[in-house]
Amino acid sequence: MPDLHSLSEILLSRPNKPVELLALMQLIQAKYRYLPEEALRELASYLKLPLSRVFAVAGFYKALSLTPKGEKLVKVCCGTACHLKGARQIQGALEEKLKIKLGETGADGKLSLESVNCVGACALAPVVMIDETVFGKTTPKNIGELPLLT
Amino acid sequence: MRLDSPAGLKDFKESLLAAPQGQSIWVCGGPGCLAAGSQVVFEALQYEAFKRELGHKVAYRVELTGCLGLCERGPLVECSPQGFFYEKVSSNDAPEIIDKTLMKGILVERLVTNPQKPNKEHLPFYEPQNRLIMRRFGQSSPGNFDDYIRTGGYEALCLAFELGPIKTSKRVEDSGLRGRGGGGFPTGLKWQALREAKGSPRYILANGDEGDPGAFMNRSLMEGDPFSIIEGLTIGAFALGASQGYIYVRHEYPLSVLRLKNAIEEAEDRGLLGKDILGTGFDFHLLIVEGGGAFVCGESTALMASIEGREGIPRVKYVRSTEAGLWEKPTILQNVETWANIPLIVLNGPDWFKSIGAPQNPGTKVFSLVGEVRNTGLVELPLGTKVSTLVNQVGGGVHKGRKFKAIQSGGPSGGCLPESALSLPLDFDNLTKAGAMMGSGGLIIMDDLSCMVDVARYFTGFLVEESCGKCAPCREALPLFHKILMDLTTGKGQKGDTDFLESQAKTLSTTALCGLGQSAANPILSTIKYFRQEYLEHEEGYCRSGRCQDMYFPKIDSEACKACGACQKSCPTSAIEGKKKEPRLVLVSKCISCGSCLKSCPFCAISAQRRPNA
Repeated sequence: MPDLHSLSEILLSRPNKPVELLALMQLIQAKYRYLPEEALRELASYLKLPLSRVFAVAGFYKALSLTPKGEKLVKVCCGTACHLKGARQIQGALEEKLKIKLGETGADGKLSLESVNCVGACALAPVVMIDETVFGKTTPKNIGELPLLT
Repeated sequence: MRLDSPAGLKDFKESLLAAPQGQSIWVCGGPGCLAAGSQVVFEALQYEAFKRELGHKVAYRVELTGCLGLCERGPLVECSPQGFFYEKVSSNDAPEIIDKTLMKGILVERLVTNPQKPNKEHLPFYEPQNRLIMRRFGQSSPGNFDDYIRTGGYEALCLAFELGPIKTSKRVEDSGLRGRGGGGFPTGLKWQALREAKGSPRYILANGDEGDPGAFMNRSLMEGDPFSIIEGLTIGAFALGASQGYIYVRHEYPLSVLRLKNAIEEAEDRGLLGKDILGTGFDFHLLIVEGGGAFVCGESTALMASIEGREGIPRVKYVRSTEAGLWEKPTILQNVETWANIPLIVLNGPDWFKSIGAPQNPGTKVFSLVGEVRNTGLVELPLGTKVSTLVNQVGGGVHKGRKFKAIQSGGPSGGCLPESALSLPLDFDNLTKAGAMMGSGGLIIMDDLSCMVDVARYFTGFLVEESCGKCAPCREALPLFHKILMDLTTGKGQKGDTDFLESQAKTLSTTALCGLGQSAANPILSTIKYFRQEYLEHEEGYCRSGRCQDMYFPKIDSEACKACGACQKSCPTSAIEGKKKEPRLVLVSKCISCGSCLKSCPFCAISAQRRPNA
């Protein structure tokens, strides 16, 4: 059960209009690294929206998650340029190193491995993004040296 | 300081121009250079300047700027007023740049390609370019209001106030500008439709949901010159009678969100957004909406649904958005690059705009040039430039020894065009006619080691993930296509797969509900159209590009092999053997056909051979 003390603070930061649904969900996601069910129930009653609609939106967008994400997000870029230069091999090597599959979070909750469709650093393909830092020209061999993973 | 009249803005600009500029060092802050470490270079330069206490002695600036373009050679640094263009700069170069260039205006020769011509305009990469949208990259700090005004910012808005809404709108309508986000719909028609639409309030939207993989034009623009988008939107709002606007930005671009947010706040403080803009009584409010990471939200009706706080699912367009769009009110939606063209057109007039580019395709377009070319980066070319100029001059051609195979444009909605496309002019109509499309401007160059079936599988896999699931053709057909393509690329292909794919893909393109669904078949249709032989080979279990595992066998040409050993080093299973100075040999028993050796050979002496059973 997550600590929901700061939830009301998040909700009150935006007006209680249905338009704010996605924006509020993003704030909740940023705070808890996922959308706790209790928070979604609170959010639905705050915006006076049916719970079904709140869950529909929560399930639709890739940036939102109903299960907790890791403290650090490791993203393998699967853009076209990265794909051509071997993103699948990078993904395989990361899965092996982190011992989690793409889309999973480690048991200790520290890391999540995800894919992203292009981060715009195609000249450095294939790239891996850790939180908001981009690492270019990765190889299955050199990803072991990425900071934060060692 | 709040500017309260167009005359006040003019005075302000003059006072800025009167102040000495001094030596400036612009460090590229584009996505490519940032990833290559330009932030560290920037901080090192600042620190070195600070250490020498230069601030007391001379006027100087060390700043990050918008994307300089040649990502391949980053981190890049441009020095004004001389225009020295430094490539592959590291933080170790900082002291020398400060001592020589900043303090004395002298060139650091080892950092430029040609010391005789140290400006970027002399490089083949830049020569055919016409940087209009990107004109402030290398001249201003993104989000610096004073820089924006100094470089002619908001002059177009002042002119629009003088001209009045109708004449302003006419300028855009007469310019022939076409939407830069994808289909190339005439912008003028949208403006005219909104101008004549009934109902209020009306909304002005900018699409910055750049979801095509391999494209970063919009990102570079939002991060490099946010004010130009805001000014374009403000002019649009004034001409079309709106007072509320939204910029929809892709979730994966946090820096774009931040730069736009700061720019909006700054414009509000200066009296150029919000209530009573420049004392004219005109109000315009602008908000940013951050997307939720869904590709389909780049589609206009899905984007509007997303702004309204719902799932981004497209609707059927019985009624145009200009009549009933956001909250069922008249709405205009344009790509951020289209908006950035508006100030240029209003200020310089439609005839000037039509003098650039090609007939029916005026102006320039920003492209991201990536893939297997020597110079990857962000380029801005007049529409109608030959594809060969782009690939061979700007891109520097494919890597040594490799052969050009295809150019992919338009992202997952676009297609792959073969070598014959090199003679095409790069514009909306020619690309569509050939079976690809302009899309937002992502161009991916592929060489003979790229497998066209694999590329189709890649894009189809992408679209399976991103299909919203509303209409059956897109929801049901794409996973089926993906399975067939998966089989074809793993040696499980069947005779007749190609014909089946082709006929079903045609059905998808005629029955899907939204534009993205209709174009979802393009990657398959275009690759079958131009590379059918490769598909047929895949049906037989052979991949000539050496890309699909277990579908070929690497063969080393003993005459071309220079015995350098690069393939041996790259092989993960030690399947390559050979004595010193003797041609290398592949061991069938150990080879897993991963393709590492084909890529590694500097002499292109390794080819993908058909397996005996295929």
